[in-house]
Amino acid sequence: MTDTLEELMLNPVIRALFWGLVMVTAVMTVTAWTTWFERKFAGRMQSRMGPTLVGPAGLLQPLADAAKLLQKEDLIPDSADRFLFNLAPILTVGFALGVAAVVPFTPDILAADLDVGVLWLLALSGLMVFPTWLGSWASNNKYSLISAMRAVAQGISYEVPMVLAIMVPVIMTGTLSLSDIVADQVKNGWLIYRMPFTGFFAFLVFFLAGLAEANRIPFDIPEAESELVAGPTTEYTGMKFGLFYMAEYIHTLLSSAICAAVFFGGWDGPFAPGLHWMLAKSVLLFVFLTWVRWSFLRFRSDQLMDICWKYAVPATLALIPITALYTVWHGGAR
Amino acid sequence: MTPVALARAPWPDPYLNVDDYDPEADLMVINLGPQHPSTHGVFRVVLYLDGEIIIKAIPHPGYLHRGVEKLCEKLTYAQITPIVDKNDYVAPMLNEQAVNMAFEKMLGVEVPLRARYMRTILAEIQRVASHLLWLGTFAMDLGGALGGGTSVFMYCFRERESILNLFEDLTGCRFHYNTHTVGGQRHDIPAGWAAKVHQTLEAISQRIPEYETMLEHPIFVRRTKGVGVIDADLALELGLTGPLLRASGVDHDLRRDAPYHIYDQLKDLAVAVESEGDCMARYKVRVKELRESIRIARMLIDNVPEGPISGGRPIKQPGQFKAKGGQVYVGIETPRGELGTYLIAGGGKMGDTPYRLKIRPPSLHALACVPYVFPGHSLSDAVAILGSLDPIMGEVDR
Repeated sequence: MTDTLEELMLNPVIRALFWGLVMVTAVMTVTAWTTWFERKFAGRMQSRMGPTLVGPAGLLQPLADAAKLLQKEDLIPDSADRFLFNLAPILTVGFALGVAAVVPFTPDILAADLDVGVLWLLALSGLMVFPTWLGSWASNNKYSLISAMRAVAQGISYEVPMVLAIMVPVIMTGTLSLSDIVADQVKNGWLIYRMPFTGFFAFLVFFLAGLAEANRIPFDIPEAESELVAGPTTEYTGMKFGLFYMAEYIHTLLSSAICAAVFFGGWDGPFAPGLHWMLAKSVLLFVFLTWVRWSFLRFRSDQLMDICWKYAVPATLALIPITALYTVWHGGAR
Repeated sequence: MTPVALARAPWPDPYLNVDDYDPEADLMVINLGPQHPSTHGVFRVVLYLDGEIIIKAIPHPGYLHRGVEKLCEKLTYAQITPIVDKNDYVAPMLNEQAVNMAFEKMLGVEVPLRARYMRTILAEIQRVASHLLWLGTFAMDLGGALGGGTSVFMYCFRERESILNLFEDLTGCRFHYNTHTVGGQRHDIPAGWAAKVHQTLEAISQRIPEYETMLEHPIFVRRTKGVGVIDADLALELGLTGPLLRASGVDHDLRRDAPYHIYDQLKDLAVAVESEGDCMARYKVRVKELRESIRIARMLIDNVPEGPISGGRPIKQPGQFKAKGGQVYVGIETPRGELGTYLIAGGGKMGDTPYRLKIRPPSLHALACVPYVFPGHSLSDAVAILGSLDPIMGEVDR
C-alpha cells in the first residue's frame, strides 16, 4: 500500500493535484482565522474586546461571517458588465492562491518547486491588479472607477521596486528558485544580515511594496473607504465581496510567508522542525503587518507615487550594483 | 462681493462655469454624499473632477431639515430647550445655553452666580467632549475605518464616554440633557461630582499627548500641512468663527471678546491662534483648546459658590413667562464657533411664544467655504478638509 502511494506521488500530475489541494485548503482555512486574529488584535489595540459571542473567544466568527455572506442577496447592477463582474472575484482569489504554489514551507512541503519560482511570484502579484481593475470597470460605478485608476497606478508602480528588491536575494544566492534561495540561506546565513547588508534594505522595500500590492493601510488607496465608499467592491455583495476580502488576506499572508522565506531563512532554525520555524516567522511578520495597519493613517495617492518613484526605486537601483559588485568580488554567488 | 470680484481673488472661483474650464478635459461629476462614509451626516457636494483633482464643488445642505425654528414659534419659552438639544448633537449643552440666554435677556431674568459657574463648567466640559469626537472622526477621515484612524477614534470615544458619564450623573441624561431653564439650571451639582470631574479630566489630559504621538507622524503631517488653506480674508468674508477662524490667524474668541457666563472673570483665558489656515492649523487649535478647556473646567469646579441655581420662579406651567416684545441677539462660543440666537418676541397676547427664533449655526458658515477651498485639491484632500471643518449637519439644517 505504502509503495503504491509513494509511486503515485512520483507521478507529477498526481503530486501537483495533491499538494495543490492541500495548499488551497490550508491557505483558505488559515485565512479565515486570520480575519479572526486581526479583529481580536485590532480590538485589543483599541481597548475593546473584538469578537466574543460566536464560539469560545469568538473563534467561530469566521464561519458565522461566511454563513452571513452566503445568505446575502447576489446583486448585479443593471448597468454592470455581467461576465466581467462575475469573473473578477474568481480571478482575484485564483491569482492570490497561485502564489501559494511556490511558497517553500519546508524542503518537502512545497507544491511546485519551480526553477523560476521568483518569476512566477512576480508575475502573479503583477496580475493581481487585473481583477481589481476588471471588477471596478465592470461595476460601472464612479467611485469604483476612481479606485480602479488608483489601483492600476499603484500596482504597476510598486511592481518596479518589488522586482528590483527581490533581485538582490537572487544575485546573492544565484538562483531564481525559492527553495534554493532558502537552502542557500540554511548554508550561508540569512539574507537579512548577510554581507553587504543589502538584503536588509531590499527586505524593507519588498515589504513596503508587498503592503502596497495587498492594499493594506497605509497604502490602501484603492480601497479608501472614507473617500471611495468601498473602492473596487462598492457594488459587490455577498460572497463575491467575500472573495475580494479573502484575496486581500491571502495576499497579505503569503507576502509575509515569502518575506520569511526569502529574507529570514525560511525553515532554518534550531531545535524545532523546519515547518514550525517557517510558520513562526510568517506569523510574526503578519503580526507586524497588522500592527502597522492599525496604527497608521493613509497616504494620498500622489504621495504614494512619490514614495515609490522618488525613494523606493532609486534605493533598489543602488542596491543592485552594490550587491552585484560585492558578489562578484567574492567570487560569485556561493 | 460680486462674482467678478471673487474671480479675481486669490482663492478659486466658486462660480466657475465648467464648460469654460477646458473643452479637452474629460470631467467626471461625482456626488459626494448624501450617503457617504465621511460627510459627517447627510451632506452632499457635487464635485467636478478632472482626473482626481476637483475643479468645482457645489455644496447641497438641507437633507436634515426638521423645521426647528418654525417649531419654536409654537412652543412657549420654557418648552423650547429640549428641542434645540438636537441641533448641534455633539454639543447639546451649548445649544441649550444659547437659547436660554436669549430668553433670559428678553424676559429680564437674572441668572444667579452658581448657575453661571455651572454653565461655564458644563460648556467647557462639553467642548472637551466635542473636540474629542472631532479628533476621532478626523483621524478616521484620514485613516479609514479599517486602520489607524479607527484606533484614534476608539480612544477618543472612550474619553468622551467618561464625559458623558459625568453629564449623566448631573442630569440623568447622556445626550439631550434639558438641564438649562430660563433663569438657571434644572439640576444641581450632585455630591462628589467635583472629584469625578477632576478624575476624568486628569485622565484625559494625561492621554492627550498619547493621541498627539499617535497622530503627528509623517503621514498625518503630509495629509494635513498646506491642505485646505483658508486665508484670513476669506474666513472673515464667509463668516467663519471659532477654531476655523482662529486657525486662519484671526484672534477672535467670544469667550474673551464678548464675555458671558463668568468668562469676564477669567483673565488668563488663553485663546489658541494659528496662522497657517490649513488642516494642520485647525488640528493644532483644537488640541490647544482641549487643554485650555480642561484647565478652565478644573479651575472652576473647586470654586463654585453656594446659592440658588435658578433665578426665575420654578417652572409650574408652560406659559408662565411673558415677553414684553422686542428683539435680542445672543452669541456664544461653541466648539464650532459663534452660535447666535436672534429672537424677535411679540408682547401682550403674543408674549407666550417667540415670534421668530433664528439660530445662526457656525457649521453652516463653515460649509460655505467648501466651493472656495475644495477646487485644486484631490478627492482625498476634500475628505480631509471636510473633516477639519467639523460640520454637524443637525445644526446646519436645523
